[in-house]
Amino acid sequence: MNVTGFLAQLFAIALALFLAPLLTGWVNMCRAWLQNRTAPPLLQQYYMLHKLFNKDVVLAHGASSLFRTAPFIVFGCMVLACAIVPTLSTDLPFAPAADTIALVGVFGLARIFISLAAMDVGTSFGTLGGRREMLVGFLAEPALLMVIFTTALISQSTSVATIVETLARREFAVYPSLAFAGVAFTFVSLAENARVPVDNPATHLELTMIHEAMILEYSGRHLALIEWASSLKLYAYSCLGLALFFPWGVAAGDSFPALVASIPALLFKLTIGGATLAAIETVNAKMRIFRAPEFLGTAFLLAVLGLLVRLLLETRV
Amino acid sequence: MSQAVPYSAQFINLFASVILLLAFAMLAQRRVLPLINLFAYQGFVLAVSTAAVAYMTRQHHLYWSAGLTLGLKALLLPWILHRLVRRLHVKWDIESLIAIPTTMLVGIGLVIIAFNVALPISQLSSTITRGTLGIALASVMLSFLMMITRTKAVPQVVGFLAMENGLFLAATSATYGMPMVVELGIALDVLVGAIILGVFFFQIREQFDSLDIRNMEKLKDS
Repeated sequence: MNVTGFLAQLFAIALALFLAPLLTGWVNMCRAWLQNRTAPPLLQQYYMLHKLFNKDVVLAHGASSLFRTAPFIVFGCMVLACAIVPTLSTDLPFAPAADTIALVGVFGLARIFISLAAMDVGTSFGTLGGRREMLVGFLAEPALLMVIFTTALISQSTSVATIVETLARREFAVYPSLAFAGVAFTFVSLAENARVPVDNPATHLELTMIHEAMILEYSGRHLALIEWASSLKLYAYSCLGLALFFPWGVAAGDSFPALVASIPALLFKLTIGGATLAAIETVNAKMRIFRAPEFLGTAFLLAVLGLLVRLLLETRV
Repeated sequence: MSQAVPYSAQFINLFASVILLLAFAMLAQRRVLPLINLFAYQGFVLAVSTAAVAYMTRQHHLYWSAGLTLGLKALLLPWILHRLVRRLHVKWDIESLIAIPTTMLVGIGLVIIAFNVALPISQLSSTITRGTLGIALASVMLSFLMMITRTKAVPQVVGFLAMENGLFLAATSATYGMPMVVELGIALDVLVGAIILGVFFFQIREQFDSLDIRNMEKLKDS
């Protein structure tokens, strides 16, 4: 690891911190347009973060230190995830530090802490939200792992950087398995980011909310960190999906011009991806919580099919 | 990295994968009309895939098979089934018994078995489509599973017809299709079978006021 690499890594993280609220704002804007509402400004997320960081924290009686540290842990996990996912370049110093399985583990760690914090205060909503989150999480995780194994089989490695490197620089080929994995990944990221078919990020209706139920007790800078972490999670998932299934335009080296050159491609892909997400959210209705296992079961099935099809069709013995 | 798969085979593999995916979609579909539509899509993809094999291997008789598949399985049979469902007023029939995730898991198990069984057979074959034999076998078994898990008569018939789709794919992938006479015979059989089963539907409904074939267990010869 050299100084250039280190700076490039810091640049990628700073860009993630900067772009993540923008992506959330863009998705909200598209959603409002598609639903014939007046859209909030693109920078709305920044205004909200600014407001929340300037507010005092109100803690519930009996909130333990777990409740106070959880937002920082969740935020840290998401920043780490954004550092591992190759957003701009496949040759970053953090990339060999953790492979895809560890990446799934980082997401899992954040989920466990936010669920524990939700149960910590002892309100019924928090407990309910935490339990639902764990239900969704434990169904989504195997599907996500299967998606990753499919791509890992193609590139013979579980390191994210190597996978993206192989996929971006292969000759053109039709991979039915990648198509299956891509659809499964879309399902999983919808569920993991509390998006419409599974959860509604805009709702505060007590019977349906999952993510919002967990963070009801948070205020001030804690809430700001959690909101920022959710944006980062959406950003990390989007970048992972784009890197795995549309890997074109990701730089190979860690030189600064190469990084800057790959920014327009990333922005373009994120713009399209955000608009697609908003469109998916608009045309689908939120499903009952007990339909979520069916939804994620389908994702798991697609991912396993991708894996099997990969083994049967795309390898010649 | 195995880049040995030629492009032509890649497209055939893609179509075969779509057929497998549609087989799973049919397995999970609870309503009657979307089920018939899925069956029609499967027939359509099968026809396109057969035409692709015909184009890539220059086996001209396969064009006839593709046309036959398109006309019969993508258009005529779905139309007959649609008419039947309308005439029988079972448009809103919903299969309530099946647990979708369990069925899906069993389905995955069947796919694994089918792939393993097909592997040694496909190594004996020398066609460029031999890889899809496993998928063909898997769709046959999935349709079989669908016939077993359903209790209503119309989905069972759709399962039966989908099984024929799988067999057709198997024939195409293993030996570039059966002789024309056999194919015509099978096509006629399937058509006649569907019509006879349609007549059966009316008989069953007249007898039991429903198309739930579990009622037939109560029949006693006394």
